[in-house]
Formats: sequence, C-alpha cells, structure tokens
Amino acid sequence: MALLQIAEPGESAAPHQHKLAVGIDLGTTNSLVATVRSGLSVVISDELGRPLLPSVVRYHPDGSSEVGYEAQANQALDPRNVIASVKRFMGRGLNDIAHRESMPYDFVDAPGMVRLRTVAGVKSPVEVSADILRALRLRAEAALGGQLVGAVITVPAYFDDAQRQATKDAARLAGLPVLRLLNEPTAAAIAYGLDNAAEGVYAVYDLGGGTFDISILNLSRGVFEVMATGGDSALGGDDFDQRIFCWIIEAAKLKPLSIEDARLLLTRAREAKEYLTPHGVAPISARLNSGEVVDLKLTTEIFTEISQTLVAKTIQPVKKALRDAGLSVSDIKGVVMVGGATRMPQVQRAVGEFFRQVPLNNLDPDKVVALGAATQANLLAGNRAAGDDWLLLDVIPLSLGLETMGGLVEKIIPRNSTIPVARAQEFTTFRDGQTALAVHVVQGERELITDCRSLARFELRGIPPMVAGAARIRVRFQVDADGLLAVSASELTSGVEASITVKPAYGLSDDEIAGMLKDSMTHTRDDALRRALKEAQVEAQRLIEAVVSAMKSDGDLLSEEQRVKLESCIARLQTTALGDNRRHITLAMDDLEAETKDFAARRMNRSIHNAFAGRSINDLEGGQDSSKSLGEPA
Amino acid sequence: MNFNDDHYALFELRRSFQLDVSLLDRRYREIQAQVHPDKFAQAGDADRRLSLQWATRVNEAYQTLKKPLSRAQYLLRLAGQEVGAENNTAMPEDFLMEQMEWREAVAEARLGREQGELEHLHLRLKQQMTDRYEQLAVLLDDRHDYPAAADLVRRLMFLEKLLFEIDEAMAALEA
Repeated sequence: MALLQIAEPGESAAPHQHKLAVGIDLGTTNSLVATVRSGLSVVISDELGRPLLPSVVRYHPDGSSEVGYEAQANQALDPRNVIASVKRFMGRGLNDIAHRESMPYDFVDAPGMVRLRTVAGVKSPVEVSADILRALRLRAEAALGGQLVGAVITVPAYFDDAQRQATKDAARLAGLPVLRLLNEPTAAAIAYGLDNAAEGVYAVYDLGGGTFDISILNLSRGVFEVMATGGDSALGGDDFDQRIFCWIIEAAKLKPLSIEDARLLLTRAREAKEYLTPHGVAPISARLNSGEVVDLKLTTEIFTEISQTLVAKTIQPVKKALRDAGLSVSDIKGVVMVGGATRMPQVQRAVGEFFRQVPLNNLDPDKVVALGAATQANLLAGNRAAGDDWLLLDVIPLSLGLETMGGLVEKIIPRNSTIPVARAQEFTTFRDGQTALAVHVVQGERELITDCRSLARFELRGIPPMVAGAARIRVRFQVDADGLLAVSASELTSGVEASITVKPAYGLSDDEIAGMLKDSMTHTRDDALRRALKEAQVEAQRLIEAVVSAMKSDGDLLSEEQRVKLESCIARLQTTALGDNRRHITLAMDDLEAETKDFAARRMNRSIHNAFAGRSINDLEGGQDSSKSLGEPA
Repeated sequence: MNFNDDHYALFELRRSFQLDVSLLDRRYREIQAQVHPDKFAQAGDADRRLSLQWATRVNEAYQTLKKPLSRAQYLLRLAGQEVGAENNTAMPEDFLMEQMEWREAVAEARLGREQGELEHLHLRLKQQMTDRYEQLAVLLDDRHDYPAAADLVRRLMFLEKLLFEIDEAMAALEA
C-alpha cells in the first residue's frame, strides 16, 4: 500500500490550501504589492504603514543599494547614483530616451538597451527594476510569512515586446516566479468590475508616472474582454513635472543648471504639481547651489496652459482605440480613471468632456492596478473554486511583422488581436541559389521598417539552392498569454528549421542574466542557493499536487499500467524533493512531466467536451432556427 | 471534439455562411474558459503547452468565423473551391471601372478634407456590401454555387479594402 500513502499528502493537505500569491504594480514613480486576504484584495504596507514604495534605487560604492523613500530623499544629494523612473528605460536604447539632457544620469550606450553608470558599477534598467521588485518580494514574504508561489506583474498595455521581456527578466532576477504579465488597465478593470458587478463597455484611462494607456473593455457575465487598447509608452505625470520645471527656469530666468540644482527643481516641480490639485495655487521656493533663489507661485490656470498639449496628446490614442473597437463615445458606459496623474483637474475635465460623462474615481487611482493584479494572482494561483472565477481575454497593443525586400514591413499579426495568437505566412527567396534568409522581426504600425521597433534578427541557413522564388519559407509568429512573441521559420521543401524566442534584440543574453543573478546574489542577504533549492521543492510540490488532483478527477482516462507508472514517478519526485539536490529534483520533475504528456492531452479533450455537456440536442443545433443574422462587415 | 476538427465542428455549429453570431460568441467563451492559459498557470509544462495551443486554435477559429468575409473564404476552402485571390486578379472591366470611380471619389474627399463626404461614401459602400453579403448567403447556403460565390468573395475583398481606406482617411482627418 505504499502507493496509496504517496497520494496522501496531496489529499491530506487542506483541499483549498491558500497559496501565497501577490500582484505587483511596478510603476514609473511608485510601486505597490498587494495580496488577497480573507477574500479581500489589500495593499501590503511597509513597517511604517506606507503603502507605496517610491520606484527609486540608490547605489552605494560597496555595491549595496536601498530602495524607496530613503533613496528618494537623497535624490538631490547624490543624483548620479539615485535612479528614479527607471521604467522609462526598460527595453529602450539610448536614442529612445526623451529629455535625456535634463537627466542627471551617466548613460552608457549599449546594444538594444541603455545602461547607467553608478558608483556600484554599470547597471541595466532590468537590474534596477529587479532591486525594486526584490524589495517588494521581501516586504510581501515578511508580511505573509512564507514563500510566494508567484506574482502577477503589471505592465502598461502599450508596452512592446522588448519592454515586456525586460520586465519578466527583472522579476526573474528578483527571484519572483511570474504567474502572468498583466496589462495595467486590464488589472484596473478587474478590480473595478468585480467591485461594482459592472456589465457593459468601459474605457480605462490610465495616466501613470511615465506611461499612458487607454483600454476599451467589454465586461459581461464573468468575462473581461479587451476590445482595443492604445496609448503612449513615454507619456505620463513625469512630463507634467518637466513642463513645470521648464516654466520655473523661464519664469525665474535661471542660468544653465548643475545636475544637483536640476534634480532639486524637478523635485520642487513634482511637489508643486501634487500640492496644486487640492489647493489651486502652489508656492515654489528653492535656494540653488548657484546662489540663485527661486520664489514663484504656480496657479491652476498657468499649469493648465503649460500642460495643455500633454493632455491633448492623450486624447488621440483614445480616439484610435475607440475606432479600433468599432465603437463611438455613446457606447461607453463608464470611464475608469487610473494612475496618480489622473488626479489633475485638467485631466479629469478633458476626459469628461471627451466622453461626455463624469469619469469614475471611486477606486484609489494609485492602488487600483495593484489590487486588480492581486485578485488575478489569487485566481491564477488556484485559490478560487471553479465556477467562482472569470475569464480574461486580452490583446496585443502593436502589430507584429517582418521586414521584406525594400525595407517594407509585412504585418503578420495585427494590433488588438486577442492573445494567445499565432499566424504563419510564407515567404520566398529573392536571388537564384540563395541558401540563407535574414528574418527581421519588428513591431509597430508603420509601413516602413525605420518607423517600427526592431525586436530581433535571425537567419535561416541551409536552404537548398533553388531559383529565386522557388523556396517556400514559412515564418510562424506565436504570442503567448503574457504578450510575448516567439518566432520560428522553416523551409517547406527541405524541412530546414530555425526558431527564436524574441529576446536578444535588446541586448541581454541568457548568460548576461545569469551573470547578473550571480552579482545580485553576492549583494543580497538571502541565501541564494538555499533559495533556489527551496524554489525547486515548492515547484515539485506544485507539480505533484497538480498530477494527483488530475488523477483524482480524470483517473479513468489512465490505463492501469499508466497509473502505476505515474505513481512511481510521483513517489520518486516526492523522495528527491525531501533531499537537497536541486538537480535531482529537476530531473525527477522532468520525468514526471514527460509521463503526464499523454494524460494531459486526453484531459484537455475531455474538458472541452464538458464545455458542451448537459446541453439539449435542440440547443446544440441552435444556429439553425434562430434568426438569420450577418455579422458586421469588418 | 478534436484539435484538428474544422472551425464549425469546434464550436458545434452547423456549417453555413449565415450564423447566429451571439451563439458563436457564447460557444467561444465556453471553450476558452476551459482551455485558456490562465486556467493552467499552476499546471505542469505539458498542460501549459497544450493550453497555449488550444487557446490559440480557438482564437483563430473564432476570428475566422466572426467576420463574414473570412467566414466565406473559409467555407470555400472547406468546399475545395479556390478563391484565387493571389493569382486571379483579372476582374471584369465594369467592376474595375466602378472601383476606379470609388477611389477617385475617396481621394477627392480626402484631399478636400470633406469629412461629411467621406461619411456619405462609407454609408453608401456599406449598403452595397450588405446587399452583396446577402447574395453570398444565397450562393453558399442555398445554391451551393461555389464558383459564383468565389467570384463574389473576390469582389468583396476589393470592397472591404476600400472601406478600410475610407475609414483610415476619416481617421486621418480627425487627428
């Protein structure tokens, strides 16, 4: 009866044992971590009761770092080594960064993604983000008293593939298993929709510290369906600070500033912006290192005027998203406001005027994204019962395509396609006897390659020589549920293949990540190896539980022989997981995975079949008798 | 139900051009609720891979059946009828002439920045297309005249493209 005992741990454990999962809003200005406690989504505060963590990291000469308020307080003191708004640099090259000249950082040009030189060495934006995520992970683990099974991390809906990949890499570096990358407006819609039992078409207007998103969602009976999304991944509250900063320089007639003075004035600009919303007028005073004194009053009228073009810039993507969704303003039932920057009265007014209705502000715009992410993390971790869940259908924000001859772009997957999505297209050779083909993957809406973002380049070699146009090269794009792209290519007449997960384009190879992991471990207090082992053990337990529960519900799909085999694999994994050899655990997991492959396929077929079970014959043939209707022509 | 079933079998719908779109929506959501990767976030690699494949497959089937033009193209493919869009661009002269006239009207309205005129063209074209989709339904569902349906599908491909261009022009004027 040894085998029975093996199945028992899965069984004896409380059937709905709560798994620790969190939602993280990795923001440009502030970050938050939230979790679901006794059915309620709550933000986890720090030991001083502060919910936000400023997304600011300070690096020290000994290689250590501090994150949050303390780092933020030293911004003007040590501007080069205090990194703020790093989200703006994620997946971005040096030339992509606006207002570079007024930033105090020592930028290092690097292929694909810019780096920053600090006293602790050259840092990639991925590493800086990882430091923020690590601080949030430690905060959550301390509060929840255990290791997390995973996190849902939010990204701007308008983030492209490089920015998403960079975010996922940062999580990996921070020791956080990613359950899903979730679009920020979608996370907000989940929080809002579930709170208000909302039904109908909603717009989520999300103006954060550095990014702007607009998403149009259809909420109905447990389904959140994103119909279209749009935005600007380099437009946010920071830009409003920048406008005030420029106004100060002009109004106070200042001479060119040192980086310390520039940092100080940027901070004053941000403070004035925040003070202005409830007070209507904000005094700005500062004594600069140069000896100059600033003493000004910013009024709502002046601020509205100098930020007018920024506000207008958000309305264009709103129009485009509505058009992509095939809707007009009158179809929108409510407009949910998200992001601290939506507190500005001129933004509220402009959105209200455009949608001809008062925007919804009943959820804290700073917290709503993290709360929604936590709710989704709780679902993905398996803490909700079947039937008490919901379905999320999201889209990709930008079209994906390939460069063809002449520097033109051939779109393979159009923007706003529901994910996961795959599309294949055939191409051919240009020259007689051509044996290799360059595949250049790009993202964007324009016709010309130079106007799109380059994601990856790879080559398909070994094509047998043929006359031009005879080869048939099939290129397949697959976008997964995180919105991440993988591309493969094969020549159909010869079967030559090449594939790539779109990744190296921004310049971080797997080796580099491994190197950073090692670096970061020497500078953190957690015991990296012990942690890795523990992770493997948690993973193993998760897998065992999944298989045991599958055998319980669908055991009849297994032959006696298969069942015995599975049980012995489970037993072996269970034993190795008790030990401390991580590699052995991984191997035993691979064995069990391989053994369940067939079973998984059969179970999937059954569950799809079950989707239709219990329906009458009449209902199954429903299409026939119901009223004839033609869909809308696209 | 199997992975390689055709799109209609996947959603348990009768194979026809006319279809109850709300029923398709419902079936799509029911299946996606079973196979979506979010249901397998904590599952093993094998389950996760399968779920990705299935969810991708279901999205493709849904998108194909949802829009009338791609639905018609798909039905013709199932019937073994080539639409021949790539190599059979020779359209009758009167149709091409008509297309030219449309295009000139659109270009004129665009250059003259006449939003009202573009809207008018949009509505007129949409009406024409609705009529043709009704004809297409008769050809595909009642007469099973696939060569004639393929011919009509080719024309509709032109019209859909034209409609797209009118919409783009309107969008450009709005911006």
